[in-house]
Amino acid sequence: MTTPIRTELSVADIVPFGQPLPGRDSRYGFYALTLEKPEWKSWQPGQFIMLRPSEGRGRMLARPFPICRVTSQSLVLFFEVSDPGTEELSRLKSGDGVIVWGPLGNGFVMDSERPALLLAYGSGIAPFAGYADMHPAPERLSMVFGHRAPNSCYPTDAMASRMYMEDVLDRTEKEREMFRRSMLSKLEECGEAGGVCLACGPMWFMSWVWENAGRLGVPAQLALSSRISCGIGACLGCSTLTSSHWPDEACAGLPVQTCTSGPVFWASEIDLSEYAAERSS
Amino acid sequence: MDMRIELVPGLVLKNPVLSAAGTFGTGREFQPYGDLASLGAVVMHGVSLRPSGGAPQPRIVETESGILSAVGTPNLGVRHFVERELPGLPWSDVPFIPSLWATNVDDFSELSSILSKEEAVAAMEVNLDCPNDHRDGRKFCLNPVTAARAVNAVKREASGKPVIAKISPQAIDIAEVARAVEAAGADIIACSGSVPGAAVDLADRRFSLGSIEGRLSGPAVKPVALWCIRQFAGIVHIPIIGMGGVRSASDVLEFMLVGAAAVAVGSANFSDPGLIFRNVEEPPALCAELGIDDLSSFRGGLVG
Ligand SMILES: Cc1cc2nc3c(=O)[nH]c(=O)nc-3n(C[C@H](O)[C@H](O)[C@H](O)COP(=O)(O)O)c2cc1C
Ligand code: FES
Repeated sequence: MTTPIRTELSVADIVPFGQPLPGRDSRYGFYALTLEKPEWKSWQPGQFIMLRPSEGRGRMLARPFPICRVTSQSLVLFFEVSDPGTEELSRLKSGDGVIVWGPLGNGFVMDSERPALLLAYGSGIAPFAGYADMHPAPERLSMVFGHRAPNSCYPTDAMASRMYMEDVLDRTEKEREMFRRSMLSKLEECGEAGGVCLACGPMWFMSWVWENAGRLGVPAQLALSSRISCGIGACLGCSTLTSSHWPDEACAGLPVQTCTSGPVFWASEIDLSEYAAERSS
Repeated sequence: MDMRIELVPGLVLKNPVLSAAGTFGTGREFQPYGDLASLGAVVMHGVSLRPSGGAPQPRIVETESGILSAVGTPNLGVRHFVERELPGLPWSDVPFIPSLWATNVDDFSELSSILSKEEAVAAMEVNLDCPNDHRDGRKFCLNPVTAARAVNAVKREASGKPVIAKISPQAIDIAEVARAVEAAGADIIACSGSVPGAAVDLADRRFSLGSIEGRLSGPAVKPVALWCIRQFAGIVHIPIIGMGGVRSASDVLEFMLVGAAAVAVGSANFSDPGLIFRNVEEPPALCAELGIDDLSSFRGGLVG
C-alpha cells in the first residue's frame, strides 16, 4: 500500500454539475473539484482522501472523498453538497488552498481477465471514473448506475464512452423496482461469467448489494465511507462489523475501522445485516 | 531554547507537546505525517481488560462549538494490545503511555499489573471518566474517594512506572479531586478531559449520537480546561499535563502559563494529522517573539 502524505494544494477549478438548486441563487447540488496534483507515488481507485480548507478555524473536521481521477496535472474529486461541511467546500474558488491527506485505505481489485460489474448510486459513481480510466480491459466492464437527481448532475460522460452503462432514475417506487431488477439481472449474469461486482453508494444501497451478491454467490467488493472523521484510524468514529470470514481471527465478528481496514471490503468478510434489516423494516 | 522537561524522575519529554488519549491511535497512525520521536510523548488509545466493540453509531458528530463524541473505547483488550499493538513501536525514541479504561478498581489493578511489565510502556494514564460499576455507573472522576481508589489500584501494581490521573471538569470540586489523586499516589495529573454534552438532529428528531450523551472537545473547552487547572495548580505538588482545545503554539504557551508542565493535543489531530508536529516546531519561535527565554520560569508565571 502507498504511504499517504499530507499536502497543501491549491484549487485549480471547481465546476458545478446539473442545474442550480431551485430558490438557491446559483448554488448547485453537485461539484467536480480539481486540485493541483499531489506528489503521490501511486494510488488505486476505491482509495480516498481527507480534505479541508486551509483558511480559518471554521469547521473542525475534514471530509472524506473517494478519488475520482488523477490526471497528469491534477487530482479530481466529485461531491454532492450534503451538509454544512460540503456546503463550505462548494464555495472554494480557484487559487484557494486546501489541506489533503491521502491516498488512504485500500482500493478495488482490477483484473484484465475477469469481467467486473460496477454498481453505483448517486455520487457513489465517483471512484468508478478513475477505475474506468485505469482498467486495462474496459470492454470487460459494465455498470448499472442509479440516481435521484438528473443525469446531468453526475460525471458519466467519459465512463459511458468506455463501457456499457445502464442509467436508471430512482425517484418513484416503480423506478426503484426497475433499478433493482436491472441490478439483479446484471448480478446473475456477472455470477455466471465468473465476474466480480464492485459497488459504491449510500448505506441502504450497499446493504442491498451485500445481501443480494451474497445470496447469488457473486464475489463483491463494497466501498463504504460512512462516519469517517479522521480517515486514518485515530478517532474510532467509523466502524464496520466483520463476519466470521474476516482474515484476522482476532477481529472476526467484531467491528473494525472502516477507514483503515476498508474503505473497500469483500462483502463476504463483513456483516451488513443490521442495515439490511433496517432497509426492509 | 531547551524545551526538554523531566515530568517525574525517569520520564523525560524532549519537549512539552504530547498527544491526548483516544485521539492519536497507537501513534503508528501518524507516522506518515511527522516524526513521532519529535513529540514529548504519545498518549495512546484506551485499553480495557477485555475486548470491547465500542459505542453504537453515530459515535462522532461535529457541532458549531466542537466535536461531540461517544466512541466507547473500542479495542481488542489488553492481551491483544500487549501482543499485537505494542511490538514495533519506537518506544526507545519517545515515551508511549496507554490510557487505562475500566469500570471497577479490580480491573484497573489487573490492567496495571499487565501493562507495567511491558518495557514499551513508559507510564500509565488512568481514565477517570469511566463509569464505576459499584456506584450505578457514576464516573470515578466525580468524587474524590472513587477517583483516589482507581488511581491507587493502578499505582499499587505499577511497578514504579509513573501514573497519570486524568481528571475532569465534571467534578463538583476539582481541586479536591486533584488533591485526592495526588494523595493516592498519582505522579502526574492530566486535565482536562472533555465536557459532557448532547446534540440533536432536527430532521430526524433524535439525539445525534447513538449513546445520546457524549463528550465535547475542541476550542470550546479550552476556557473550561484553563479554569480547571487554575483551581488546583497552586495546590498540588505534582506536574500537570494540560489539554482542551489545543490547536496552536500559543494555546500550548497559554496552558503552560496557567501552570501546565506539558500540553496535549486532542481532537485537533482529527482535523489535520500534521498539526501536532507543527505544535512541536513552533513554540520556540513564539517564545523568542514573546521574549521567553526560560520555560521553567515562564511556567505558572501569570502576573495577574
Ligand atoms: C474521539 C475521542 C476519544 C477520546 N478517548 C479518550 C480516552 O480513551 N481516554 C481519555 O482519557 N480521554 C479520551 N478523550 C479525551 C481527550 O483525551 C481530551 O481530554 C479531550 O478531547 C479534550 O481535548 P481536545 O479538546 O484537545 O480534544 C477522547 C476524546 C475524543 C474526541
Ligand atoms: S475515521 Fe477516524 S478511525 Fe476511521
